[in-house]
Amino acid sequence: MAKGVKPRVKVPKTAAAGETITIKTLISHKMESGRRKDADGNFIPRSIINRFVVDFNDQNVIDVTLEPAISTNPYFQFDAVVPEAGEFKFTWYDDDGSVYETSKKIKIA
Amino acid sequence: MDFTRRNILAIGSGAFAVASVAGMPAFASKTDDAIAAFTGGVGVTEGGIDLTAPEIAENGNTVPVAVSAPGAVSIMLLATGNPTPAVATFNFGSLAGSRRGSTRIRLAKTQDVVAIAKMEDGTFRRAGATVKVTIGGCGG
Amino acid sequence: MELKTLLTSVAIVGFSAGLVSAQADVTLAVEGEVISTSASAPAFAENLDTVYSGWLFRKLETRSLQMDDFDNPAFVFVDKGIDLFEKVDGTEGKACASCHEDVEDFVGLRPAMPRVEDGTLVTMENLVNECRTERMGAEPWKYSGGQMTAMTALIGLQSRGMSINVAVDGDAAPFFERGKDLYYQRVGQLDMSCSNCHEDNYGVMIRADHLSQGQINGFPAYRLKNAKLNSAHARFKGCMKNIRATPYKEGGDEFKALELYLAARGNGLSVETPSVRN
Repeated sequence: MAKGVKPRVKVPKTAAAGETITIKTLISHKMESGRRKDADGNFIPRSIINRFVVDFNDQNVIDVTLEPAISTNPYFQFDAVVPEAGEFKFTWYDDDGSVYETSKKIKIA
Repeated sequence: MDFTRRNILAIGSGAFAVASVAGMPAFASKTDDAIAAFTGGVGVTEGGIDLTAPEIAENGNTVPVAVSAPGAVSIMLLATGNPTPAVATFNFGSLAGSRRGSTRIRLAKTQDVVAIAKMEDGTFRRAGATVKVTIGGCGG
Repeated sequence: MELKTLLTSVAIVGFSAGLVSAQADVTLAVEGEVISTSASAPAFAENLDTVYSGWLFRKLETRSLQMDDFDNPAFVFVDKGIDLFEKVDGTEGKACASCHEDVEDFVGLRPAMPRVEDGTLVTMENLVNECRTERMGAEPWKYSGGQMTAMTALIGLQSRGMSINVAVDGDAAPFFERGKDLYYQRVGQLDMSCSNCHEDNYGVMIRADHLSQGQINGFPAYRLKNAKLNSAHARFKGCMKNIRATPYKEGGDEFKALELYLAARGNGLSVETPSVRN
C-alpha cells in the first residue's frame, strides 16, 4: 500500500429526492508518473491510482480511468442524482493492488 | 513514345510520387492513436463539448481543467504534448447528475489539451484548448 | 539617479502593471470570511509603503483554490494533522490531545511566532518537537517533513484571519537584527540578497513568475510545484539554492532569525495558513 494515502470527500448532508448534487473528492497520493529519475539517473517506476469509482446504493455514478498525467493528490468534481436516501461509496484503485475506500451517507430533506 | 530508360524512370518516379501523395497514410501521432482507440475509427466533429482550461498555467504540475458534454456517455481527456497523451476518461453511470467533470492535471510543456466525448447516439465530439506552461523565475 | 532609487521606481511601475493585470479579484474570502491581503508596512521596513500577501501575486485559478476549504488541497494534510493530534505516540502513552484537549485552544499562537523563550528564539516546529520529546517521550519529527507541516498547518489554521504580530523588541531585538542582516546580505554564485528580488523588484516578472514580497503569512503553504505543504524554512532553502548559495540549515539559527525578521516585515498581514501558492 502506498504510504500516507488519505481520502477526503465533500457531499451535502441532505438533498431533495431526485435532486442533483455536486460532489468533490480528493485523495492524498503521490501519483508517481514513471517519468521522474532518481539520483542515479534511473526512472522511478510508475505507481499511480489508475481508477476511481463512485457508486450510490449499488448504482454507478461515475467511473474514471486515471493516467500518470493526473496531478499528485488526485482531485475530481462531478454531479450525482440522489433518488432516495442512501450511501455514496468512493473507491480508488492503486497500481500496486491497494484499494482505498470511503463512504458518505445522505438523507432526503 | 520511345521508351528510353530515362523516360521509364521519369514515368516510374512520377507514378510513385502520385501514389505517395494519394495512398500512403500520414504518420499517426500518439494522440491520434489514443483517439482512434477510443472512437474505433469513427469520425469526430467539433462542438457539443466544452473544455475549460487556463490560458497560462501557474504551474504545469497542477493545472485545473473541466469538461462538459450534455448527452455524453464518456469523455476522454488528452494532453497532446505530454510523453503519453492520455490523461483521464470519465465514464458516466446511471446516477451521474450531469455529463461534467473537473480535475487537475500535469502538463509537461505548452500544448493543446483535447477532450473527446462519446455521445449516446454513438457519435464523437471534440474540443481543444491551448495551455501555455511556463518556467518560473528561479527555476521554481 | 541612484541605482537603488531607479530600481525601486522600476519596481513600482512594474508592480502597478503587475497588480493592475491581477485587479479582477483582490478580495480573499474563505468560507464566508473576508481576509485582508494587504496592510501598511511596519515602520522599520523603510523601503516599503504597503505589505502585500503572496496571494495577490498568483493567477486567478490559483487564488480561487485558497477560497474554498475543500478546493484547497492543503486540507487533506490538515486532516492528517488532526489524526496526528489525536494519535498516542511515545513512551508516556500520550497524544497531543491528552493535554491540549482542543486544537482550537491554539488560537492566537501562530501570529506571535517565532518568539523568544528563556533567551532562545523558538519556532512553532521547536514547540511541537519540545512537547514530543520532553512530555510525550516520542521521537522528534523532521523539521520540514510531512508530519510536522501537517501539524503546523493545523495549528496555524486556528489563527487564520488574525493579524501577524510578532515582537521585535526586548529579548527579540538581537534576533531581529540578525534576521535583518541576513535579509540584506548578498550570497551565492548569483550574489543576491532576499531584498534584491523581494524588496527591490516585487511585482516584476522574473521569466514567467510574478515576484512577490516574500511574505510568510501563509506558511506552511501548499505549493502547486511540489503538491505538498512547505514550511518557511524549506522555502528559504529553496530560494538559496536558486541563487546558488549553500543554504543554511532548516531549524538552524540563521533561518530562525530570518523567519522572525520576515514575520515582522509582514506584521499587519493576516494569517492565511494553509495558503496555496505556485
